[in-house]
Amino acid sequence: MERQGISTVAIQLLRSVAEKVRPPRALVVPFRHGYPLDKPGDPARQLAVLEAALKMLEDQRLQPPAIVDYAPK
Amino acid sequence: MGDLSEFPLKYKLFLKAYPWRRIDPVPWAPLKKPLKDSRAAVISSAGLVRPNQEPFDDSIRGGDYSFREIPSDTDVSTLKDTHRSDLYDHSALRQDPNLAFPLDRLRELVKNGRIGSLNPRHLSFMGSITAPGRLVKKTAPPQVRKLVEDGVDIALLVPV
Repeated sequence: MERQGISTVAIQLLRSVAEKVRPPRALVVPFRHGYPLDKPGDPARQLAVLEAALKMLEDQRLQPPAIVDYAPK
Repeated sequence: MGDLSEFPLKYKLFLKAYPWRRIDPVPWAPLKKPLKDSRAAVISSAGLVRPNQEPFDDSIRGGDYSFREIPSDTDVSTLKDTHRSDLYDHSALRQDPNLAFPLDRLRELVKNGRIGSLNPRHLSFMGSITAPGRLVKKTAPPQVRKLVEDGVDIALLVPV
């Protein structure tokens, strides 16, 4: 997708895998498998994760592979 | 926390030994326009399907490399979880599919102007593909071409 001009960001559950695969942008979240966007039925918390991912897309300082840890507030 | 300690020993060993593919140099597409003007697509590996779609097939050796197209006006609560993995708790996703296919959240982001628009089509895959060659060579390229033709600017990849 990146080669075709689509900017991507991946939500990442396992940092160790991101470090091996080296995706263009990965937001490493501190949630267990089955809970990639934090809590079910909690739009605010899900939006907070998505906002962090969107900020990675906007951050012109990032260079690939950009692997960033998400810290819930 | 999502880490290898969640998994039984044999899966920890499998994941540690697995020959993960990587691309060098890492492909990179800087954002071309502000997010408020960008079209977004969701790509999920949670094995979700619409009620009228075939479930993902857990009998395919190496993993089911097919995909399902999920229209952007889909009622997320109707998406069914057909992921074959028993390594994680499926209950949260079944309670709220937005957890892995956040269409409702993206609609909200469009409504408040944070992103420009949603692509009419989004893609659902099933993860646990241990032999990804068919996905990489056969399934993915035409879908990427379609996303480009659709005018997608950004793609959000969500695991499970």
